[in-house]
Amino acid sequence: MGTVIRTDWTDHSRRRIPGVLVFILAGLCVLFVRLYQLQVLDGLEYARLSENNCVRIQRVVPARGLILDRTGQVLADNRPSFDVSITPSDAKPVKNIFPLLREYLDLDLKIWGPRLLKAEKEAPFTPVVIKTDIDRDRLAIVSAHSLELAGISVQTRSQRSFPLGASFAHLLGYVGEITEKELEKSGTGKIAGDMVGRTGVERMFEDQLAGGKGGRQVEVDARGRVVSVMRTVPAAPGNNLRLTVDAGLQAKAVELLGEETGAVVALDPFSGRVLALASTPSFDPNLFITGMTARQWAGLVNDERRPMHNRAISGAYPPGSTYKVITLMAGLEEGVVNQETLLYCPGFYSFGNRDFWCWKRGGHGPVKAVQALAESCDVYCYRVGEQLGVDRLAYYARSGGLGAVTGIGLDGEARGLVPTMEWKKKHTGRPWTKGETLSVAIGQGYNLATPLQMASLMAAVANGGVLYRPQVAERVERPDHSVAHRFVPEVLGRLPASPKNLAIIKQGLWEVVNTRNGTAWAARSEKYGIYGKTGTAQVVGRKDRENFLNQTSSHRRFQDHAWFTAFCTPKGLPGIAVAVIVEHGGHGASTAAPVARDLILEYMRMSDPSADDEKAPSEAAAGVTPTTASTYTPTTAAAFTPVEGRRESP
Amino acid sequence: MIDRRLVSHFDWWLLLLVFILAGVGVASIYSAAEPGARGLGQIFAVKQAIWFGLGLMVMALVFSFHYHFMDRWVWIIYILTVLSLAWVLVFGKTVSGSQRWISLGPLAFQPSETAKLTAVIVLAHFYSRSGSASGLGLREIALPAALLFVPFLLILAQPDLGTGMVMAIIAASMTFYAGIRRRTLVFLVSCGLVALPLLYMNLKDYQKERIKTFLDPDRDPLGAGYHIIQSKIAIGSGMFSGKGYMEGSQKALSFLPEQHTDFIFAVLSEEWGLLGATALLILFFAFLWRGLNAGYQSKDPFGAYICVGVVSYFFWQVFINTGMVMGILPVVGVPLPFISYGGSSMLVAMMGVGMIQNVGMRRFSYD
Repeated sequence: MGTVIRTDWTDHSRRRIPGVLVFILAGLCVLFVRLYQLQVLDGLEYARLSENNCVRIQRVVPARGLILDRTGQVLADNRPSFDVSITPSDAKPVKNIFPLLREYLDLDLKIWGPRLLKAEKEAPFTPVVIKTDIDRDRLAIVSAHSLELAGISVQTRSQRSFPLGASFAHLLGYVGEITEKELEKSGTGKIAGDMVGRTGVERMFEDQLAGGKGGRQVEVDARGRVVSVMRTVPAAPGNNLRLTVDAGLQAKAVELLGEETGAVVALDPFSGRVLALASTPSFDPNLFITGMTARQWAGLVNDERRPMHNRAISGAYPPGSTYKVITLMAGLEEGVVNQETLLYCPGFYSFGNRDFWCWKRGGHGPVKAVQALAESCDVYCYRVGEQLGVDRLAYYARSGGLGAVTGIGLDGEARGLVPTMEWKKKHTGRPWTKGETLSVAIGQGYNLATPLQMASLMAAVANGGVLYRPQVAERVERPDHSVAHRFVPEVLGRLPASPKNLAIIKQGLWEVVNTRNGTAWAARSEKYGIYGKTGTAQVVGRKDRENFLNQTSSHRRFQDHAWFTAFCTPKGLPGIAVAVIVEHGGHGASTAAPVARDLILEYMRMSDPSADDEKAPSEAAAGVTPTTASTYTPTTAAAFTPVEGRRESP
Repeated sequence: MIDRRLVSHFDWWLLLLVFILAGVGVASIYSAAEPGARGLGQIFAVKQAIWFGLGLMVMALVFSFHYHFMDRWVWIIYILTVLSLAWVLVFGKTVSGSQRWISLGPLAFQPSETAKLTAVIVLAHFYSRSGSASGLGLREIALPAALLFVPFLLILAQPDLGTGMVMAIIAASMTFYAGIRRRTLVFLVSCGLVALPLLYMNLKDYQKERIKTFLDPDRDPLGAGYHIIQSKIAIGSGMFSGKGYMEGSQKALSFLPEQHTDFIFAVLSEEWGLLGATALLILFFAFLWRGLNAGYQSKDPFGAYICVGVVSYFFWQVFINTGMVMGILPVVGVPLPFISYGGSSMLVAMMGVGMIQNVGMRRFSYD
């Protein structure tokens, strides 16, 4: 029994209760005084405000922060948009100005007539927006006839615009009205009708770009007209965002891809900064803001080539022979082969009861590591892969950043796929077969990688083994241009390769481009040393594919995807690492390599004041398509081997 | 089995006042629903009446056992409260950014509301032992304060600044009622002045923003500030005798935000004017007086502390809610007891009534 019954308690606690009662009474008296003040002293004034119904809130949407490229060029801007609205009660009656609306505003009265008549009946004081974003000519017409157009008013609104349109659509994303679901979740003071970043950078940095909303408490009269402004909160503009990309390089990447379906990713190998990130075909993000017709929308979503799909980060393809960098690295590091190991390539490798072919049916003969990479020998890689086993290959692939998102921060990044024995068992229920390891070793089979991952892997090879997280934003600037936040390079890991073995791989990548027998001789540059690797991602995996391809009329659709991954790090100049994929482009050397080469040359030209000798820009366009590639002649006297003459591993 | 004295000492006046207050609440909620959505008003009003019915049962449950059990079970009550608050943080339902509710089948309950009464019981337990005419010293205050700090922090984390503050104010009121040595008071106040900035620095940005708005409602004229001006217009335009039941025009045009919950007093004042609003305040005063009376007649300090604590719970809720609706206090989420729409608030209020009745009924029992 814990309760204490004390004898002296009446002398103390009980005596204090009347005091509590007095305190409460005093508190309630304060409330009464306030009631009296509101309801009697100020009652008439409040009654007047109440009758006029009366205090409204007008929101002021802040200007969204600008998005700039690394040189300061504006990629996402704001422009004023003029909206016309009509308050039915002021038009008196609204029917009378219908002819004027048709004449001056080109309003479709079949749609708007009934709507306005209905609005006049139901909510005559509420303005109805009848036309958004009118052009200046029409604005002048409306202003000039404002006396005739009773009840018509024009509001200005800040609206997002993307001056460079489609070329940046996938990277920047676009903005759109906030959805109800997002409103529920956010709790950040956003209201219906607010524009928020939907995809890309616009969404990734929404918090920085959005700014703080402002508004006014206003007293309005019975017509809904503002009588007085009671309080104002100024809107705080959003922060500006400086990206790491270069608008010029991006434009070049888009130009080089031309009509092809594909993607280009260019990184600074020493920081992971994204220099260009393009995906084609693209779309005009401005349409999402000004509103598109049902047909335009249907065109976008039903387009077979999926223009909304960001192939640079969401497209997962078999990496093809570009994967051989991983196979070689694993083989060298695990001691399966060394620089001097000679493996004989007769053009095929018999494994079990099946022959695995080298792309060069005649065979490469005796092949060492560097040559295996330079000439993309499949047999060499089959044998290395066979001895390693798929799980050891997977370890090196993962260490190279494959099979996991890079964490660039943009939506919809694909993970790709690094197959292992366990993975296959889990997903297909069947055990791994050794033959599948051979396919994996040359980048086919279950392997999947994104262009961003491959560019990132190339960057790591280029810089001596450091894998950086790809970074799109350089800094956040406040509206007064002071720096609010600077993004620093972030190291994800290191390639598990000794400097010696990395040097062997680099030598191989060098010879791919810079020796006659290399698979990308056409992509060489006399002035800058380009390292690279071609790749072909199989679309049709059947044995009789040659016949099949010859028979089908829609040939192109079954063509392989063409890869080229490359880097260039000349002394005294900034470096660049690139991954290019051209869907159904056939062989990496013929379609993807020229894109990478010309992009690298463009970047060097931009960075190197003495770069005019080798005119990449004008000839770049010629290198884009396979049909014209053969007409391209390097500026050097060296004889040119047509790319068609070269075959790549299947 | 049931002692006849228990029935004869039951405070029927107190119960009658509760019925009147709850009736006013149901009627106001019915009126407060949006125009053209009269059906909605019925739904809310019926639900509130059901909550009141459940509340009566809870009240009966609370006074069915001797209040000394609250003293003996103080640790169980405390631990259950802390656990339920922790549960809310981990599994609770999130409504407009705050995690406050536990789902009980179709019902949702806010454990932070019960935490206010838990604070009353914990303090009554300690102060009834340590209180003396010379006043509480630091040693007597330290342990209960430390105990209450845990649920306080859990409530702030939800985040529910209003409820946390009300709990702190109830605790402070009970401490003052118990009496506090001057030296201790000076020490505590200076400690608070030193600790507050430290605590503040450790808050998240949005929590700081809430505190700033708490201290200065003008910071947010488009949100809380707008609510206040609309509710002041509603109250003021009621003038002396009000616009009449169901005739409120401010509320009819849905200018009043959350009118059936925290801003119900504005609807009531618009429709019933100064007369009605003052009558409501008098009803509350009578109710609080009956509560204090039970404490005054209690034969032991624990009972008195319980009554004073529960009365301070009601008083501060009334004061803060009406004060905020009238624009003299910052806008925080504190319901008006018995009147505001809401199950948790109603159940906890009825629990409080049960505690007062419990003490009052047993003023002559000696077990």
